[in-house]
Amino acid sequence: MCRPWEVSGLSDRGELVLEARHVTKIYPISGNRTLTANRDVSLKMYRGRTLGLVGESGCGKSTFMRMAVSLEAPTEGEILFHGRDVSHFKGEELRQHRQNIQMIFQDPGEAFHPRMRVMDIICEPLLNFKRIQRQEREAVARKYLELVELPGEFAWRYPHSMSGGQRQRVGIARALTLEPEILICDEATSALDVSVQKNIIQLLVRLQRERQLAIGFICHDVALVQSLAHELAVMYLGSIVEVLPGERAAAGALHPYTRALMGAVFHLKMDFDKPVQCIEGEVPSPVDTPPGCPFQNRCRMCREICRRERPALRTVGEGHQVACHLFGGGE
Amino acid sequence: MLQIQDISVSYGKRGALALKNISLEMKPGEILGVVGESGSGKSTLLRAVLGCLPGEGYVSQGDILFEGNSLLTCSGEEWRRLRGREISIIFQDSGAMINPIRRIGSQFVEYILTHEHMSRREAWNRGAKMLEGMGLPQGERMMRSYPFQLSGGMRQRVGIAMAMTFQPKLLLADEPTSALDVSTQAQIVRQMLKLRESYGTGILVVTHNLGVAAYMADRILVMRQGQVVEAGSREEILGNPKEAYTKELLASVPAMGGERFV
Ligand SMILES: Nc1ncnc2c1ncn2[C@@H]1O[C@H](COP(=O)(O)OP(=O)(O)OP(=O)(O)O)[C@@H](O)[C@H]1O
Ligand code: SF4
Ligand SMILES: [Mg+2]
Repeated sequence: MCRPWEVSGLSDRGELVLEARHVTKIYPISGNRTLTANRDVSLKMYRGRTLGLVGESGCGKSTFMRMAVSLEAPTEGEILFHGRDVSHFKGEELRQHRQNIQMIFQDPGEAFHPRMRVMDIICEPLLNFKRIQRQEREAVARKYLELVELPGEFAWRYPHSMSGGQRQRVGIARALTLEPEILICDEATSALDVSVQKNIIQLLVRLQRERQLAIGFICHDVALVQSLAHELAVMYLGSIVEVLPGERAAAGALHPYTRALMGAVFHLKMDFDKPVQCIEGEVPSPVDTPPGCPFQNRCRMCREICRRERPALRTVGEGHQVACHLFGGGE
Repeated sequence: MLQIQDISVSYGKRGALALKNISLEMKPGEILGVVGESGSGKSTLLRAVLGCLPGEGYVSQGDILFEGNSLLTCSGEEWRRLRGREISIIFQDSGAMINPIRRIGSQFVEYILTHEHMSRREAWNRGAKMLEGMGLPQGERMMRSYPFQLSGGMRQRVGIAMAMTFQPKLLLADEPTSALDVSTQAQIVRQMLKLRESYGTGILVVTHNLGVAAYMADRILVMRQGQVVEAGSREEILGNPKEAYTKELLASVPAMGGERFV
């Protein structure tokens, strides 16, 4: 059968920048056992668009992004940057490639040296790659401070004299100095107050528009991720269980885990008289996972086949894939 | 049941005020949500009620009454009688509060025995029963586990189970779900609501998560920089906020299918 969205190919998503193909990451752990942190993950990042990656603690979000930025090599699979496999780059080639992809973290305060001034923090990557001279630091720092809506005088400050939101802005400024094509944000707003979080999101969205940045946004808060993601990927126990357009997430999500995750969000317009939905049970250990669907022990719809066979990620609509035996099987 | 009358708290003699003229009241069985962003003084408020302000913190004015008696003038002996039995507290990560290298059971038994005379066997059984009541399957097995063998959500339930052993009238909860994943957060919220249903416990819950506060609380108090910005019933605060700060906070809470930035 011919599906219209498959014929039209990329539709209007634009230029593919980074593609993970069947990426698996296995860590050896004590007792000759192994821990599968990512299993057969395939995801794409496009120019000017945000890929949101959501999932609970320990599900493998950071592991995936570390491979995307070439901080770690996958055990299996490839990471393609503009079509070229970069997953096993080493030495100078790796160093040069890293300029293309920058990262910001949860608490930039911890990542910064406390005795460095803001201008040194911002300009460090540029100095490392000898793109500017030391005496240009202040001018360059001021330019980037303005970009992230901070006063130029902050160039002379130390990180500890700034609020969390201001430090995160400095983190963003620093990440942008090398003009990367991709910006990865790992729980970048999770430590911030909601009102500050919203301002940082607005800043990221503006910078994305101006610079056509591809953004990878990792977060455990599905409500936040879907508010800024063009593509939303849901991870559970190292596997991608659903990918769908962010704007359709609230109404169109199909996978039982995605739906449960969304149902467990506390927000202000919820029905306070209805008992809140819970996902019962605990996430199984990523060590020695049983065959079948990773979500089987917590899924209300679990059937016999779910215990035997691992559901493949199948296309069920435009830009929408689900890994669940209930959907897209064609039965 | 609890009356906080115009208190101020400062850390150290010259320190700035961490709380300024705070007043509130709680009826038995009521759930009061205190919301505010980091540094607004939420935790200081809870600790002041429990008489355990850290460092040089002290209440510089006002009074805190529990069932009509001032908590500020309580002796150590009186506190021992109150804490755990009448007023209990749970923290953001109860797991961090319990000793990581001692089994849950031995810590639970010790906790029970400091408050009540009974045999170790009885205390053990009581602990196991409390754990099961908190939705932890196989209380016996839990009692024999080490804290590190449990997930954050399970440890948090252990913390609540301990705090509820003596069915206190007032439970103080300091960011009880902030360290947890959303799915686990929902489980903990449900457990806390069950406490009120089964024991009539009044809960003072402090959180930066407005959604959680809104779901749990009968009344909400919004704090900022050590002061009360606004207080009212949940319906008043959510439906008809008066202060600009409250409005801004409410507008920043992400919701599924809510505001989109792209
Ligand atoms: N270097 C490592 N060696 C062994 N195991 C690892 C290593 N790094 C990560 N893991 C394991 O891989 C799994 C996925 O971890 P990861 O940090 O990617 O999760 P996450 O989704 O980012 O979680 P969080 O939301 O808590 O940040 C976890 O079980 C973790 O313990
Ligand atoms: S495959 Fe089966 S167990 Fe897995 S999510 Fe779908 S219905 Fe549930
Ligand atoms: Mg992580």
